[in-house]
Amino acid sequence: MNNFSYLNDLMIPGGIIIAQIMAVLMPVLISVAFLVYAERKVLALIQLRRGPNVVGPFGILQSFADALKLLTKENIVPANSNKIVFLLAPIITMVLSLAGWAVIPFAPNWVIADINVGIMYLFAVSSLGVYGIIMAGWASNSQYPFLGALRSAAQMVSYEVSIGFVIITVLLCVGSLNLSKIVEAQETVWFAIPLLPMFVVFFISALAETNRLPFDLPEDESTLVAGFFTEYSSASFVLFFLGEYASMILMSSMTVILFMGGWLPPFDIFPLNAVPGVIWFVIKIIFILFLFIWVRGTFPRYRYDQLMRLGWKIFLPLSLLWVVLTAGFLIVFDMVPNSI
Amino acid sequence: MYLYSITFYIFSLVAVLSALMVISARNPVHSVLFLILSFVNASGLFVLLGAEFLAMILVVVYVGAVAVLFLFVVMMLDINFVKLREGFLQYLPFGALLGIVLIIELGILFLTKSFSENSLSQFVQSPQINEVENTKLIGQVLYTDYFYLFQISGLILLVAMVGSITLTLRDRGQVKRQNISSQNFIDEKNAIEKKKIKLGEGI
Repeated sequence: MNNFSYLNDLMIPGGIIIAQIMAVLMPVLISVAFLVYAERKVLALIQLRRGPNVVGPFGILQSFADALKLLTKENIVPANSNKIVFLLAPIITMVLSLAGWAVIPFAPNWVIADINVGIMYLFAVSSLGVYGIIMAGWASNSQYPFLGALRSAAQMVSYEVSIGFVIITVLLCVGSLNLSKIVEAQETVWFAIPLLPMFVVFFISALAETNRLPFDLPEDESTLVAGFFTEYSSASFVLFFLGEYASMILMSSMTVILFMGGWLPPFDIFPLNAVPGVIWFVIKIIFILFLFIWVRGTFPRYRYDQLMRLGWKIFLPLSLLWVVLTAGFLIVFDMVPNSI
Repeated sequence: MYLYSITFYIFSLVAVLSALMVISARNPVHSVLFLILSFVNASGLFVLLGAEFLAMILVVVYVGAVAVLFLFVVMMLDINFVKLREGFLQYLPFGALLGIVLIIELGILFLTKSFSENSLSQFVQSPQINEVENTKLIGQVLYTDYFYLFQISGLILLVAMVGSITLTLRDRGQVKRQNISSQNFIDEKNAIEKKKIKLGEGI
């Protein structure tokens, strides 16, 4: 009898958790493949090309073909590299970009871990992302990756500061760090409307945080070959690639939760609120991801000093000012949420 | 409960082992990486205690910001590993003395009755922790009872910031700076100067 109680206490909850993790990570990883395809297709349309169109109908299986090709190649580890750190770096990038999904609420009660400090957890995980890049750059023992790693360390630390302040403005309006409560607080109006400047700041900082164009200086092709992953090949390259795009999707879901009402429909009227919440959530994420790609197709790359100037001299004072304004507004009009 | 103990021992074992590796690793970059591992495990221990806010703050502040700068500096330094290990025996007695003093002090603290029974257990069993989110709880205490200490620590950080800026800021004479707004407001009137030049004379 005793043996079965172990089974009930440990195995069944453990099995359920593993099943939940699989149910979240599999769609994320598959959507990464389609995001890469969508990016190539949208960029091609912007530049009046046709994009991938050979593998599968409309070229839709192109990413899977690329992944297979990369995985069957030889994994080259440079002779002078620091081998353990070199191989650890892509794994860390990949794991961190997937770890954040544990707290993302897809619909009411559709969340693996509904923790009290959900937004802090997301912020912590996204701030750890820089380690994969620094370790890759240092362990490669080569100039271009090292320069890429230094650029990225400075860049990600700078933009995290303004992301932190933007999160604080949202939290002031919610009164909780729980992601589900943040979404529920937007039932009357999405925070993108009253906090529009912060929405813009957050989106641009998200571009910088995920090293996307116009802020992709860590992997700047025209000056640094491929930046921090110049020396990577085969499976470790795939891990970096997957990690980067998964963290892009994670950042857009964070944007959706903080500013665009998560699973809530735009208006609470009949045909709109009959659609399940998770579909709204996915549609909003796709919209933000489209913005990511659109920005990539439109803007030229920033110069490094301009990037730092934007982060420290414009976004930081602006978001700090907005924290003070929001707090003052809430106090003056007596709108502070669930005051104790 | 078994799961709780197992996770506790995993976190604390990895934390202690990685802390040992911080001081014994040959490569300074490896030391910093082990330091980060140790921080992350310490934050895992905070989560087990139910102090989730402290755990996240530890990761965000120490791992996400401070250790990044550490790693940044250590990576950039050109360190001679052989020279670094030369003074090991020379400093060993002094270091050992410091360690022993610390261990004795900690031992005294833990063996004293006032510490082990009153001060710690009082907070662990306080009923408030389970009722209110500990983010709110910290806020309630920090901004009321410890308000002056909080303000003073803010001032100390400000002084440190001003100090480091004055140490690094120096007048470099003539530096070409980009003034973005003046560049944006440029037009042909103030950008182009028209001159009539006589043939064969130049400007």
